[in-house]
Amino acid sequence: MDLPALRLSLLLATLTSLSLLVLGLPLAQWLAGARFKGKPVVEALVSLPLVLPPTVLGFYLLVAMGARSPIGRAWIWLTGKPLAFSFEGLLIASIVYGLPFAVQPFIAALSQVDRRLVEASYTLGASPLETFFRIGLPLAAPGIIAGAVLTFAHALGEFGVVLMVGGNIAGETRTLSISIFDSVEQLDYAAANATSLFLLAVSFAVLLLVSSLRRKA
Amino acid sequence: MNALELDFVRRYPKGAQIRAALSLPDEGVTVLFGPSGAGKSTVLRCLAGLDRPQEGFIRFGRETWFDESTFVPAQRRRIGMLFQDYALFPHLTAQQNIEYGANPQAAKEAARLLRVEALLPRKPAQLSGGERQRVALARALATRPRLLLLDEPLSALDAPARDELRLELRGVLLAAKVPALVVTHDRAEAMALGDRLAVLAEGSIRQAGPVHEVFSSPNDLIVARVVGTENVAPARIVVRDAGLAQVLVGETRLSALDPGGLSENVYACIRAEEVILEGAPHSQTSARNELPGTVVSLAPEGPLVRVVLDCGFRLVALITKNSTQDLRLVPGARVAALIKAPAIRLVPR
Repeated sequence: MDLPALRLSLLLATLTSLSLLVLGLPLAQWLAGARFKGKPVVEALVSLPLVLPPTVLGFYLLVAMGARSPIGRAWIWLTGKPLAFSFEGLLIASIVYGLPFAVQPFIAALSQVDRRLVEASYTLGASPLETFFRIGLPLAAPGIIAGAVLTFAHALGEFGVVLMVGGNIAGETRTLSISIFDSVEQLDYAAANATSLFLLAVSFAVLLLVSSLRRKA
Repeated sequence: MNALELDFVRRYPKGAQIRAALSLPDEGVTVLFGPSGAGKSTVLRCLAGLDRPQEGFIRFGRETWFDESTFVPAQRRRIGMLFQDYALFPHLTAQQNIEYGANPQAAKEAARLLRVEALLPRKPAQLSGGERQRVALARALATRPRLLLLDEPLSALDAPARDELRLELRGVLLAAKVPALVVTHDRAEAMALGDRLAVLAEGSIRQAGPVHEVFSSPNDLIVARVVGTENVAPARIVVRDAGLAQVLVGETRLSALDPGGLSENVYACIRAEEVILEGAPHSQTSARNELPGTVVSLAPEGPLVRVVLDCGFRLVALITKNSTQDLRLVPGARVAALIKAPAIRLVPR
């Protein structure tokens, strides 16, 4: 198996899940609790990567990260390197693409927390932030972990967006699924088989884990 | 000085609204009484800072909790709230629940006051209904609140636990030495817990005062219905004389106190407890509200029996089991009902 690709995919999936915990939880808490006019628009934007063809999303991300876009230029000014076809660019793309896979389970988990418990916490003097960490987060934990695990598995096998934004640079942007594609292109079915089997096993294990977490929740 | 003064309007999205105007003295238990769906919990939530009224004010001592320009959130009102289903945190032990918003010393005292020290290591799922109620009350008291708000504190309990806690609850509330507002729709609970009673019905607080006074002297028909004055009959004033009024209820003439200011058509309200029964009348006529009638039905109600009579109109009496045996009451039996004039309350129709 392509070990540098495995290492890269694991790193990418781990960083994507962690980033989406940090970014997705406040977003999910906001969407679970708030009632405002533009809410359907925000929800649709968050869910867009679910239905958008990965190549389309990848194309726009590539354009946004390109050396001629404000974001691409700012990145070069900050780091001296281009964002497109780099691991950092790949990570950003993976986070955007994974957003709904994290945020939707988070919203489901957080909105199952009994509103009265939150209110009881308020009457006992706890701020909304303190209440989130002492009541919402522990009670929603199984659902939140399930969301993070799904995000991890999803990022581990992502192909279309990764190919568009990252290309195929060994050790930098060549992930497991691109390695499979590569092997098939070179008619190396044995290598493709080994990597595919590995991803199949991981996916199956993840689903078992998620369903046991769901039962707990 | 009144501890809590409120007069606010809370509107619901579908057009209904509640106007709550009330003041609470700085000690004692006030019961907010009314039928289900009257909006009692909404009033409580507005006081707790969990709901926001649309207009009016809520003042506590010298603080303003709510007016056009002010809204103090629940966290800064320093109140203690007991939720109807207790809302104990399921992932925390009883001890962690009680200590949630309190320092350990205050939590310890509250646990001792509610006699829950032995339950402290347990989680809410391992507690009985009555035990949960005690833990939730300890949690509310442990924060040393300045105002206690209790939403149907006993309704989630089975009858034996309810009877036991009802007696104890009043003692606990008084020991806290802060004003308490208890929401209930249960008469027995209202009488056992309250010093004062405020009746919320049909969108507003219709009457407030000492419990017995509101129960025995409802201001109007709505209050009479809500506090459960069983006998409410349409009546017509035929004679007024020296503070007394003779009214006709159907064909029956009754003598009642004339509260003054009433037009001819009124309702006569008679509490079932105030109706005295005796054996079949010797003479037919009486100016002292002795009404001949027949027993229609008997239904036991705790130590008492609810007797429905036909005296030309439907009259309900609540008497002891012994009395029903002494009088040999069975459906169809002839009896006389005695009602003192002051026990008949006339309200405008």
